[in-house]
Parts: sequence; structure tokens; C-alpha cells
Amino acid sequence: MINVTLAVAFRVLKKSFTNVSFLLPALMFPVVFFVGFAGALSSVDRVPGFDYEPGYETFQFAFVLLQSAAMAGVFTGFGIAQDFERGFARRLMIAAPRRSGILAGYALATMVRWVFNTAVVLAIGLLIGMQILGNGLDLFALLVLGLTVNLIGTLWAAGVALRLRSTQAGPIMQFPIFLLIFLAPVFVPLDLLTGWIHTVASVNPFTAFIESARSLLAGSTDHVAVAFGIAVPLAALFGLWALTGLRSAERG
Amino acid sequence: MSAAAQIAFLGRRAFLRSIRQPGQMTFALVFPLFFLFVIASGLDRASSLPGFPADSYVDFMFAIPFVHGALFTALNSAIELGRDIDTGFLNRLALTPARGVAIMLGNLAGGVALVLIQYCIYFAGGLLMGAHFEAGVLGVPVLFLLAALGAVAIGATGMTVALRSGSAEAVQGIFPLFFVGLFLSSMNMPRDLIENDWFHWIATVNPVSYLIEGLRSLVVAGWDLEALAIGFGVALGAIALSLSISARAFRARMTRT
Amino acid sequence: MSAIVAERLVREFKAVRAVDGIDLEVADGEIYGFLGPNGAGKSTTVHMLTTLMPPTGGRAVVGGYDVVKDGPKVREAIGAALQEAALDPFLTGRDHVRLQASLHGLSREERAVRGDELLERVGLTDAADRKVRTYSGGMKRRLDLALALLHHPSILFLDEPTTGLDPQSRNALWVEVARLAREDGVTVFLTTQYLEEADVLADRVGIIDHGRIVAEGTLGELKAEIGRPTVQVAPHDPDDRDAILRTLDRFGSPVEAEPGRVAVRLDAGHDLADVVRALDAESLKVAHLELDEPSLDDVFLAKTGHRLEGQAEAQPEPVGA
Repeated sequence: MINVTLAVAFRVLKKSFTNVSFLLPALMFPVVFFVGFAGALSSVDRVPGFDYEPGYETFQFAFVLLQSAAMAGVFTGFGIAQDFERGFARRLMIAAPRRSGILAGYALATMVRWVFNTAVVLAIGLLIGMQILGNGLDLFALLVLGLTVNLIGTLWAAGVALRLRSTQAGPIMQFPIFLLIFLAPVFVPLDLLTGWIHTVASVNPFTAFIESARSLLAGSTDHVAVAFGIAVPLAALFGLWALTGLRSAERG
Repeated sequence: MSAAAQIAFLGRRAFLRSIRQPGQMTFALVFPLFFLFVIASGLDRASSLPGFPADSYVDFMFAIPFVHGALFTALNSAIELGRDIDTGFLNRLALTPARGVAIMLGNLAGGVALVLIQYCIYFAGGLLMGAHFEAGVLGVPVLFLLAALGAVAIGATGMTVALRSGSAEAVQGIFPLFFVGLFLSSMNMPRDLIENDWFHWIATVNPVSYLIEGLRSLVVAGWDLEALAIGFGVALGAIALSLSISARAFRARMTRT
Repeated sequence: MSAIVAERLVREFKAVRAVDGIDLEVADGEIYGFLGPNGAGKSTTVHMLTTLMPPTGGRAVVGGYDVVKDGPKVREAIGAALQEAALDPFLTGRDHVRLQASLHGLSREERAVRGDELLERVGLTDAADRKVRTYSGGMKRRLDLALALLHHPSILFLDEPTTGLDPQSRNALWVEVARLAREDGVTVFLTTQYLEEADVLADRVGIIDHGRIVAEGTLGELKAEIGRPTVQVAPHDPDDRDAILRTLDRFGSPVEAEPGRVAVRLDAGHDLADVVRALDAESLKVAHLELDEPSLDDVFLAKTGHRLEGQAEAQPEPVGA
């Protein structure tokens, strides 16, 4: 299974890093969101009640880190659907002795791509004066949280792609994740949201992830236990979703 | 048959093709409104910042779906032109008596017709969210016209790429550029409240800011003639530039005698 | 008058001379087969003759009009079904008919009448209101043909019209093309890489290779140029092989045969009946006897030094009278 995983991951990563048309779109969204939101909205930290010590750039960085983690999974799902449309997936299914390795390969490649994208956004953030108050352990926890969210996104999208096996499934993969990402405290903390969006964000699991990420960047561990308490079972659940999707694809 | 009639026929075809793709249509309608709802709700507290020009963030963001809709729909009409070249449909049209200008503008005309319908939905959606349209009834056609001109400018740029590359994928590839152009503007915050100097500078030199500010002025201020003049000037200038470049690209692509 | 005339027609693309000075003439009402492998210059020639692309040298007159100076008039006289079916998947068959008829200036009544007539003729009446993306390959080709005929053209260009079609769809299209020429007097310029298609449909054939016409004429003329038919015999008793060869030797020259068989190319004045009578007179029993006429592929091989690519396996069926 390890061989299959590494082979599939290598192919996806080679395609991603040697083709600008694959590399740039995946990188573009987190960079543009970060620059666009952190750059334009920094005066939001003057809103009464906004109290985040590292500053607005860091506040947005946490959102972009997790948004890109989740959306990277959607890109992968789209790639899986394309592989089925073009017949390449059949080639993989015939060749791989352990087919769950194919899924693991896609997931591994997505994680590597996300880490690369995050490094780019982090570099931009530091360049524009972003502050990080967390220590090494906090940042490690942040990385693990990001990888877990990334895995959730990948497994969700892979499950859809393996069942529908068509790029027409793109909106089905993308829209729920998009909803979850944006119906969360994106621009201000949860307690500064009002009305229906406060209600929705309060029950949105993505809120726990963002708040945890912001805490870790600020050198605190508030919300971290809740975030992992939600993320790990979700990853397991979507793992099952993706594996049953693989069985569906095998049946044809 | 006159060129206008031919444009109408080809525009009708483009319009029909778009409305028969419900996935695409749904996205073009839902995403801009969703974005409006989310940002306006998420940033509502920011409307209390000193110097904020509108009473609510909904008012401030009301015009943004018009720009998003223009982007998705107009660019899509250019993608379809790329597809027509890819599949040989352009050759089919070239073999008919259709004039070059009709063939070139047919897809765009269909896109503009569609976007005007979308604008009605965005307008209604914004009002339902509690937005207040300061310019009143007379301002509505001005809003629609300015936004439509923006759509034409975007569509003509996309057309240039389609005609030069002969491919739908190449047009899809320029979406990120427009996306960047939108975000690095005064879309989310008034320019004089942008604290980051570097972002303020980018937003100031970005022509998209002026189109957005022109549209926004109708919602927030009513009849700000200066903002409107600049907005129309930017849109018309962009159209003049992009259409002249795409006309050249069309002549190079359409080699019929 | 000739429907199509090309004189020293040339098309260059940077360093490549895709069409290298071809001369051809197609008579009114003729089906002219333009045969050649991929990359020979067939489609480029069609694009020039249909005004989609100007020649870089030479001239062409189609329907009495110069393709460069009178492009719009040429387009009024021609219909074309090019290599790609070039249909919009989200439009119905009827939408396509309406659009194309409108652009050709047909009135609303004419559009309806002519559209229905053509859709019926190509067997798409029932599918007319379905989106083209639900059509099979054969249906798309038939719609393409119908669209090419909407404005009553006198000349029809078909660029590899049956590539990728199943044998049944291919035959159906052949029947319709033959009928168009025979009953409606439409001149058909047909490019193909299928020898059977040229064999079945064309009155005359031009063979193009590397941008030049290497042979032209009726099928009979071209095949006769190559040679006489070959008779091949498999003896019932292998010991009779030599005796059979001696008998056949009286009627022609021995040629290479399959293992265990004998073959001769018949001399002029001798035919299969002579061979059969002679074998019978000698009481020589045969297990198998066949007559091989030179094929277009043999013509192609003789003229170009290589066989035609993409040759179809299907045997041609006679086109209905």
C-alpha cells in the first residue's frame, strides 16, 4: 500500500509543480484572499470589542490557512473526477494491489501542496508585518490542525468524486465547503457577529477550527481541544465516506 | 439581414445555451448574492467605524454582486466563444452570410442580455436584505447601464484571449486575473479607510475601484456626478481598448475571404 | 460549366507548403472523391475552396465565383459539412436549423418548411427537439448535412463525413449523398481517407499526397493504370500445384501467392471464365479460387509508395438505384 500511496502522490505532485496551470490557481485563492482581506480590512481591528493581540493580518491568516486547507481538498476531488472522465483512474485501479493506497496517495499529495501554499502565504504575511505570538508547539499544533482540516476536505471531495466520477460534481464538492468556510467568523470574532450569521456560525464546526487557529497564533490554547475534538471524528467519518466511495467506483 | 438582427439571432443562441446549463446559471446567481449576504453580515460592525460612508454594510456592498455577476457571465460568454473556435462552430458561422461584427459580438450580446436579468435578481436580493437605494427609481437604469458596461469590458477582454488562443481553457485561465483585480480594489472597504499604505496605493491605481465606486455612489450617495463620471469613463475606456484589441484578434482569426 | 476549378492552388503555413500547386476541375453534378492520408492537404484544400482560408498562390473558382474576390457569393452557392460536426451541444436540432436558416436570410415560413423537410429527409424529425448532446455520432453528422443543405446550395463540400461512424450510419450517409447528386443534381466534393467510400460514391477520384495531386480519373481508369486482375488458386490436392500453375501460365504471368497457392496476373483478353474452363478441361480440382481486382489502395501504393492510413475494414454495399 505504501508503494501505491507514494506512486499516486508523486504523480499528482509532479503534475502540480511542473504545470503552471495547475500550480497557480490553487495558490492564487489563498494569496488573494489573504492580501485582499488583510490589506483592505485592517481598520476593522478598530471596531469596539475587537481585541486580538497579534493584529488583523494574523487574524486573517488563520482564516486563509484553514480556508485553503479545506479548498485544497476540493481541487483534489476535481482532479479525481477528471481522472475518471479521462480513463486514467481505471488504469490506477487495475494496477494498484491495494486500492485504498490510491486514496491515501491523493490525500498525501494534497497535504504536501497545502503546506507549500501555506508557506507562500506565510512568507507574504511576514513581509507585510504579520505578527505570530505562538511558540513552536503552538505552531506545530496549528500545522496538525491544518493538515486535519485538509484531510477532511480531501476525503469529502474524494467521496463525491468517486461516487459521481464526473467533473459535473464540482459544485457538489465545492459548495458545502464554501458555505462552511464563509458562514463562520471570517472578518470579526464570533462575539462581534450579530443576527442570523451569529447563530449559524455558533454551530458551524469551522468556527471552532478558526478560533483555535487564531488562539494558537496568539500563543494561547483556547478552543484547541474543541477543535480537535470535532476535527478528528470528522476526519474518521469522511474517511469512511471516501472508502465507501472507492467501493462504489470499483463496482462501476 | 442587418448586422443588428444577426447579432440578435446569435445573441439569442448564446442566451439559450446559457440558460440550458442550470449549474452555471445557479452559480452566477447564487454566489454573488451569497457573497453579499456573508460579507455584509460578517462586517456589519465595521459600518460603525468613523468615516464609514454608508449606514450599513449591506448598502456599502450592494453594488458588488453586479460586478461579480458581470465577471462570471461576461467571461463565460468569452469561454463559449473559445469553445466555438475549438469545435469548429465559428467556421460554421463563417460559412453563412453573417457579418464579422455579428459573429464577434453575438456571444457577448447574449451574455449582456443574461446579465441584465441577473441584475434584476441581485437588486431584489439586496433590497430584501435591507439595503437602501439612495438614487431612487431613476438611478436603477443608470446602475444597470454602468454595470452592463463593465460586463462588456470584461467580456471583450475575454474575447481577445479566446480569439488569440482559440481555446476555452485559455479564457478560463484569465479568471484569476479578474479575481485579483476585484479583491485588490475598494470592493470591501472605502479607500480612505484602508490603513495599509501599500493596499491603498494598489486600490487607487486599480481601475476596478472606480467602476465599483461609481456603482456604489448610486446606492450610498444618490447622485455623485463625479464618481459616476469617473465610473463611466473607466468603463467606456476599458471597452474602447478591449474591443479594438479583440477586433484585431478577430480579423486574424477569421480568415474567410 | 465546371462547378469547381482550381489552378495551381497553393497554401503555405510559415515553412510548410500544405497544398503545393493543385489543379482540379469538378463538373456540375459530379461526385468528386478527394482521397489522401492524414496531413495530405485535403482539409486545407477544402478550407480554401469554401473561402474559409485564402490561398497563398494560384486561384480557385467555385460556382462561377472567385474564392478570394467573391467570397460571399461563393458561400451562397455552397454548403459544407466540415471535419468537425461543429454543433452546439445545448441547442436542439431545430434550434440549429432555425439559427442557420435565419443567417441565410430565409423567411420565417421558409425556415419552418425547409427545416422540417430536411429534418425528415435525414431522419431526425423525432429527435429535432432534443439537445444535440443527446445525439449519437451518426445523428450529429446527419444534422450537419441537413444544415449544409438548408439554403439549396448547388455545391456541397463534405470533409471526411463518415470518420468515426459505425458501418450502418456510414451507409445511411452514403445513400443520402448519392441521392443528392443523382436526383437533385448537387455537385459533391468529398474528402475521405476511406477507400471504400471513394469506391462507392465517387464518379472521379483525385489522390492527394504531401499537398500534390498524384493521380486523377475515374475509378476504372485508375485501377486499369495499375494492372490487370489476379487469379489465385488453392489446389484441392497439393500434388496438383505444378499442374495448376502450368495451366494458369497460359493466361497470364505468375505472381507471388499465399503459401500453398498459385497466382497469375491475367493478360489482356483473358478472364476468369477462361481459367475455370481450362482447369475443368484438365480435370484439376481446386479448393478455392478468387479473382482480385486492383484496389484503390493498390493505386495509392503505386502512386505514392505507401498504403493509405486509416483504411476501413468494412466492405462497401451497393448504393440504391
